[in-house]
Amino acid sequence: MSSKGHEAKAARIRELLETEGDAVATNTRGFNTGRYESVAKLDDYQRLRQEAREIKEDAIERLPELLEELTETVEANGGTVYVAEDAADANRYVAEVCEARDAERLVKSKSMTSEEIEVNDYLQARGVDVVETDLGEWVLQVADESPSHIVAPAIHKSREGIAALFNERFDPDEPLETAEELTMFAREQLLERIKGADVGMTGANFLTADTGTMALVTSEGNARKTVTVPDTHIAVAGVEKVVPSVEDLQPFVELIGRSGTGQDITSYVSLLTPPVESPTVDFDDPETPITEGSPDREFHLVLVDNGRLAMREDDTLRETLYCIRCSACSNTCANFQSVGGHAFGGETYSGGIATGWEAGVEGLDTAAEFNDLCTGCSRCVEACPVKIDIPWINTVVRDRINRSGDAGQFDFLVDGLTPDAESGGGPELQKRLFGNFETLAKLGSTFAPLSNWVANAGPVKGLLERTVGVDRRREFPAFQRETLVDWFDDRDSRVPADPERKAVFYPDVYTNHMLVERGKAAVRTLEALGVEVVVPRAPGAGRAPLSQGMIATARSKAERVADALGPYVEDGYDVVVLEPSDLAMFREDYAHLLPAEAYEPLAEHSYEAVEYVYGLVANGADADALASAGGPASVAYHSHCQQRTMGLAEYTVAVLEQRGYEVTTSDVECCGMAGSFGYKEQYYDLSMDVGENLGEQFRSLEADHVVASGTSCTDQLEDLLGDPPRHPVELLAPDGGD
Amino acid sequence: MTAEPYDRFASRAADFGVEVTRVAAADASSTIETLVERPAVGAALPWADVTLPEDVRTDPTPAELDEAVTGVTAAAFAVADYGSIALRATPDGTEPVSLFPDRHVAVLREADVLPDMAAAFDRLGETFRATYGSAILATGPSATADMGELVKGAHGPKAVDVVVVR
Ligand code: SF4
Repeated sequence: MSSKGHEAKAARIRELLETEGDAVATNTRGFNTGRYESVAKLDDYQRLRQEAREIKEDAIERLPELLEELTETVEANGGTVYVAEDAADANRYVAEVCEARDAERLVKSKSMTSEEIEVNDYLQARGVDVVETDLGEWVLQVADESPSHIVAPAIHKSREGIAALFNERFDPDEPLETAEELTMFAREQLLERIKGADVGMTGANFLTADTGTMALVTSEGNARKTVTVPDTHIAVAGVEKVVPSVEDLQPFVELIGRSGTGQDITSYVSLLTPPVESPTVDFDDPETPITEGSPDREFHLVLVDNGRLAMREDDTLRETLYCIRCSACSNTCANFQSVGGHAFGGETYSGGIATGWEAGVEGLDTAAEFNDLCTGCSRCVEACPVKIDIPWINTVVRDRINRSGDAGQFDFLVDGLTPDAESGGGPELQKRLFGNFETLAKLGSTFAPLSNWVANAGPVKGLLERTVGVDRRREFPAFQRETLVDWFDDRDSRVPADPERKAVFYPDVYTNHMLVERGKAAVRTLEALGVEVVVPRAPGAGRAPLSQGMIATARSKAERVADALGPYVEDGYDVVVLEPSDLAMFREDYAHLLPAEAYEPLAEHSYEAVEYVYGLVANGADADALASAGGPASVAYHSHCQQRTMGLAEYTVAVLEQRGYEVTTSDVECCGMAGSFGYKEQYYDLSMDVGENLGEQFRSLEADHVVASGTSCTDQLEDLLGDPPRHPVELLAPDGGD
Repeated sequence: MTAEPYDRFASRAADFGVEVTRVAAADASSTIETLVERPAVGAALPWADVTLPEDVRTDPTPAELDEAVTGVTAAAFAVADYGSIALRATPDGTEPVSLFPDRHVAVLREADVLPDMAAAFDRLGETFRATYGSAILATGPSATADMGELVKGAHGPKAVDVVVVR
């Protein structure tokens, strides 16, 4: 992207932050908090997720067979099935049904698949009055806006905004104001339209092959009316919605509301085996009992392919088809919470998983528009009820986008920095700069402190902003002349007489070149607990290139890390890691990058530093060898997003409390910096908006110590609070005198 | 989940703002009577020992549906863990009767209170494969938060009562 492109993107994000940001933030955070509370009530939450995952894996594996069974069942029930190749095909069929029924009005309940094919426009152009009956969708229809969230489409609109819209458009006798008034007004308006409807259209959350039953998960009751009142029902659903049997619906029904809006269950789960036996309600004939009307119902199931069957053949995109569109990945995403689906979304879908949907349904170009907004923080991974590795989908699609792009005009600046040329067009310059941060860091340490003055000097900052889009409001981190490895090499050996364990401390790029003090603290802490520590030279973990979608570069780093650390692991050493994003590489991402025989031993023997401390103490090491609070002292602790996803934040809290600190943890999903994200000029404002939640909480805590586990969180907190936080291990390390 | 299914059902339904009353079969009709606000429509109850009040209109016309304040129907079963009731889509109109009026009174046999969703879907699977029928799992009244805060009665009933007959 050019500098102009960056500016335009930054301007668009600023505008959305201002106009829609508040409503989106309040609503998504409410849903997200609700999710935590609601899933906590389930004893068997993890088992249900596993079951849901397995059902989807199996269903997509057997998709052709299940679609055949579904088709036979629906047709035996008296319905019609049409498999539409693409949007145009689906729309043509729907229009034909409407024409055959002489339909003047079609009422719809909310369906993302129908948004995807844009059936409303198609029908309206052919003289059919299409009315959305979901209140949120109707608001958008009246306002002529597009959904900003896959479950709550009008999440970006405030009550005041809706009231102003209705009052202007409908000019009611008394101006509408409260949510109650607005809802009742909409209900009445929509009831009148439903009464005169000829066709009802729904989506389907799930379809069962054994009985031809569809599940519709709703709260308002509009889907029920849409199906019951008119005699013709068209359901539009993606082919991926089929599951084998009615019993398979159970885990999904238990998970979908909890995961999305934090409701244990939504008001209505319609389980319909159309044509349904309920009598139609013909308001054109108001005096004839409904049971005497003609029960002559027509049902059409339109199964939409539109790229899905090809996604099924694609090793990465296939997982997208497991998605049940619950919206948890949107609600838990710090970037989404700030800016919503109008920035973090494509033609139809929004949030983290939208990259998979849009890449599969629309193509790479559409996904490229917003894919960068996924920072890989991984908070959505534990939220997703079907355990989709959403960040990985984003990474792979980013890699494909990189390869499809044109090489930029400032190549000369980073060419020397690209050890492994990505084939094809190559990622844009900004991505390559951040992707090769390790090379920069090495240069930075060699030339420190000169490199720090130069990097933060006005002219260089201006150049960096213009050429590669590094926001000039960010300070570059300070490189240290003496790296951690140099320090360790120059220091006298401190091998304990009879070491309890042997550990190799992994000198990640940030600890080694910039945050050297935290590395020293970690080494001293481990030694104080009787561990024999070595700090070898080791390559970067590959997190930086992976986050830019440079998978080949990340893979070659992973291979070199495995080469460097593998022999230690074989020799009985544990691997202790300070930087959570690198530990996540070893434990999670390397599964994608390395053969199992290299990945598994490393993943199994790698520990986060304070997790390791916890384990040592739990196994008898003397905690009193560590520093302690030495009196009442409070700590504000921001764990790293990936550290939380790995379930490791608790150890830090426990150890700090054991050492006498009173610990408060942050309640945000991510600090907003997320590696290089916050340095990019097009995302600076968003990053600061996300970070402000953390800043606000920590300022109000007025804690004696502020600590953070990750490097980017450290940078972000420094920008937010003025002072750099320390790493928790720095509160634990005994004085070392070196 | 140690509580009896009924108790658990009643307490979960209450979480969603549903009033649950447990009565002996002999008292069921009079209990329903007290809960019904007129005009009322209904779908006949499938039990010999419990009947709808006389003036509850079964086989309603669209106009009567529209005007009714209360709809009375049977519920096929309930799910204790969730406070949900299952409403079958029957030819005599359980679906529209339970949907259009502002108040829904559902009548349920205590023996049909199932402990959890697994039991509910076992029953649904069995029934659907035999009948190819339809049912609504309804939990609490109709609701929406689309207008800025939670409002009850978006398109469906604003209030739900459940009478559990022993
Ligand atoms: S990817 Fe997972 S969390 Fe996101 S909408 Fe789909 S099912 Fe929900």
